[in-house]
Amino acid sequence: MMKILVAVKRVIDYNVQIRVKSDGSGVETENVKMSMNPPDENAVEEALRIKESGKAEEVIVLSIGNEKSQETIRTGLAMGADKGIFVKANDNCEPLSIAKIMKKIIEKEKPQIVLMGKQAIDDDCNQTGQMLSALVEWPQATFASKLEIKDSTLFVTREIDEGLEKIEINLPAVITCDLRLNEPRYASLPNIMKAKKKPIETLSAEDLEIDTSPRIKLIKVEEPSKRKKGIMVNNVSELVQKLKHEAKVI
Amino acid sequence: MVQIYKAPLKDMKFLIRDFINSESNKIYKNSNIEQNDLEMILDEAAKLCEEILLPINQSGDIEGCKLEHGIVSTPKGFKEAYKNFTENGWQGVSVNEKYGGQNLPYFLNMFLDEMISSSNMSFGLYPGLTSNAIEAIEKNASEDIKNLYLPKLASGEWSGTMNLTEPQCGTDLGLTKTMATPQKDGSYKLTGTKIFITCGEHDLSKNIIHLVLAKTPNAPKGIKGISLFIVPKIIPNSDGTLGENNSLECGSIEKKMGINASPTCVMHYNEATGWLIGDLNKGMKAMFIMMNGARLMVGVQGLGMAEIAYQSALHYAKERLQGRSLNGSKSLDKQADPILVHPEIRKNLLKIKTLTEGLRGLMAWTGLQVDIAKIEKDKFNKQNADDWVSLMTPIIKSFATDVGCEATNLAVQIYGGHGYIKDHGIEQLVRDARIAPIYEGTNGIQALDLVGRKMPMHTGRLLKSFFHEVKEYIEKNSFNYNLKDFMPLLIKSYTRLQQVTAFIAAEGLKDPDEAAGAAVDYLKMFALVSIGYVWTKYAEISFNKLNNDPEGFYKAKIESGKYYMTKLLPETGSLMSSILSGAKSYNKYNDEYFDLGFKI
Ligand SMILES: Cc1cc2nc3c(=O)[nH]c(=O)nc-3n(C[C@H](O)[C@H](O)[C@H](O)COP(=O)(O)OP(=O)(O)OC[C@H]3O[C@@H](n4cnc5c(N)ncnc54)[C@H](O)[C@@H]3O)c2cc1C
Repeated sequence: MMKILVAVKRVIDYNVQIRVKSDGSGVETENVKMSMNPPDENAVEEALRIKESGKAEEVIVLSIGNEKSQETIRTGLAMGADKGIFVKANDNCEPLSIAKIMKKIIEKEKPQIVLMGKQAIDDDCNQTGQMLSALVEWPQATFASKLEIKDSTLFVTREIDEGLEKIEINLPAVITCDLRLNEPRYASLPNIMKAKKKPIETLSAEDLEIDTSPRIKLIKVEEPSKRKKGIMVNNVSELVQKLKHEAKVI
Repeated sequence: MVQIYKAPLKDMKFLIRDFINSESNKIYKNSNIEQNDLEMILDEAAKLCEEILLPINQSGDIEGCKLEHGIVSTPKGFKEAYKNFTENGWQGVSVNEKYGGQNLPYFLNMFLDEMISSSNMSFGLYPGLTSNAIEAIEKNASEDIKNLYLPKLASGEWSGTMNLTEPQCGTDLGLTKTMATPQKDGSYKLTGTKIFITCGEHDLSKNIIHLVLAKTPNAPKGIKGISLFIVPKIIPNSDGTLGENNSLECGSIEKKMGINASPTCVMHYNEATGWLIGDLNKGMKAMFIMMNGARLMVGVQGLGMAEIAYQSALHYAKERLQGRSLNGSKSLDKQADPILVHPEIRKNLLKIKTLTEGLRGLMAWTGLQVDIAKIEKDKFNKQNADDWVSLMTPIIKSFATDVGCEATNLAVQIYGGHGYIKDHGIEQLVRDARIAPIYEGTNGIQALDLVGRKMPMHTGRLLKSFFHEVKEYIEKNSFNYNLKDFMPLLIKSYTRLQQVTAFIAAEGLKDPDEAAGAAVDYLKMFALVSIGYVWTKYAEISFNKLNNDPEGFYKAKIESGKYYMTKLLPETGSLMSSILSGAKSYNKYNDEYFDLGFKI
């Protein structure tokens, strides 16, 4: 029976209006509602469904970041995951560091499937899953919107620019999830209470001997410039003119 | 545009972290729960309310319930929502673990109920009535009945109702006619008609468990001869599976002003099988045990309605452009300023905001006292907590439901004509909120309960639980410089309340109609002073938090508090004048005079 490892990230809640810190060093996270990264919720949901169908026996949620990331692990446990792993690391770990940490966890836990969100809504990197797949030399299926497991083969439908792509890959594999994959469940009240009793193992990036120092230098964060006021055009030919000469898009 | 609502999680967390924390630790220590868990539960419940219940609030009102061949169908989306709600365990929040519940603190349950009422008051009645039934059964029934019914009710698989009202019998339950005849096997056969039964019949749960007040053949007359019975729609077998249909039916459902997605049923019992709950002829006692809880929860409905009214009106006030600020235009790039610039709009918004936030604290504190009374070992402390709850119950039920009505009406006013038409769903809020001052004991009856029962009870001991606490607080803080804008006003209104209390007690002894006449005004005064006390405490807490207040949350609390203390609390003055002038002007008014204006 197999194990599933799900990576979840603590990000600013998608409902929150982001405010840039006045010194331009980043965005305000103090006193701001934080939640599980939305596509990571799809990943947890999918893992739970695989387990409920009898194809897996354990779902482990992993989060890497500051102490508060344990709350996000709790959310995963409250949805129904069996245990948590928390790796303490500095706040702004880059995808490569995360992928390296995950590789260590994979070596330790030996899951057959790694599920994660296709990207995090805070930095929108969309890199960690791909890097992880290269590091562990497993096949990858990114932007998954449908998953089916038959023995050790995974049938995956991927959301790509041209439409839907269907692929078959072998397990073990890394899968990154699209929002269309499923509808994440609400945590039930009994599960929230049970989650308190489920184990969370705590490690740190240093324990795992991963250097998480950034390779990218952040210079400045600023708000996007305000959108200019729209104008009404009188007819189609005026529109075409403007698209051609002013917007220069056609 | 539709009704706007996000659960006021920040305000609730403020109450948990900063306001009730002085005493709530007692509760956490006694159970397996921590403050963090409460916040996670609130977050999850908020999602359910915002994403599942709110979207079917307006559509449920428009579609309403339908009765066909004895079966009531609920509006679109209600079945799915109920399934989601019950499968995720929300029915069992404060039910004993023995019956599958989570036994969580009562004050938490009040926060959850507030969110449910804001997002869909009609929906909230289905699980709400079940909760009432659970409490009545848990506190009064035999072990057999508890074991058979409570697990199914706690999971929401079955739902519950309360059957008190009959056509000739509303407030005065002594007029009950429904008859329960004892059978050889220890059961009873019930015959009679009950009206206005909320969720008496519907398609959300597999079985409906009716709790029915009735008289036995030789029972004493009036209120002393009433007993409580459990009468299931489908009679369960002893293993909990469903057996035969009982002989009862829903004859019709009312067309009514609001809460249209909840059926208000006429129930006919035709020799229906039932079992006695609690002692014979002690039905009223059994009802009273659960009544505090039920009444507090109706108060919570009022608060919930005020909150959604506030959020919707605020949203609109920021978007709607009409007129210019008298103090120079605020939005020069626009054709007009948002109506939020106009003093009257601001005043009304703050009125709703400060009443709801103040009430929320008063309720959380009272809910906590319910929890404390349950676990407290020290006899005096337990009694004090119990006294506070008994005293505050009529005050909260009545005042909060009145605030619900006033707030929803003010929201319509802020929307103007756009509030009066149906599109925005604001007039619905007025209609939905309007029932709360009526059911679960009308607000007039609450006021009589305060003045006629709670005030004299144990020679004024209940009053002391409030007066002593505030007095101590005043003595401790009267030289607190931070509170210089608060204490004098609190002291003034507190003194007025004391004076009026003494007046009513004295006049009431001479003529009970004097006390009864003053009751509603007195209850309002009491509520205003209690909330003034809450706002003063908020301010005290907030002043100590100003050094780490990036969003200005605590600063805003202080400013809101100043509004309350200077704009709303002074109403205690006019209420006092009115009360002190006595009740003769209406009690002694000649009955003949009432119709002289139109009599031919
Ligand atoms: C939508 C809806 C849902 C309801 N749900 C339920 C339910 O689930 N179960 C149930 O049993 N009932 C239910 N009721 C009934 C409700 O509780 C009663 O309507 C309420 O108790 C008042 O009774 P009444 O309507 O007969 O008014 P009355 O008792 O006739 O009262 C009329 C007026 O007289 C006043 N009054 C009456 N007696 C006194 C007195 N002694 N002193 C001073 N003033 C007095 C009242 O305050 C009120 O203003 C519901 C009603 C509605 C409309």
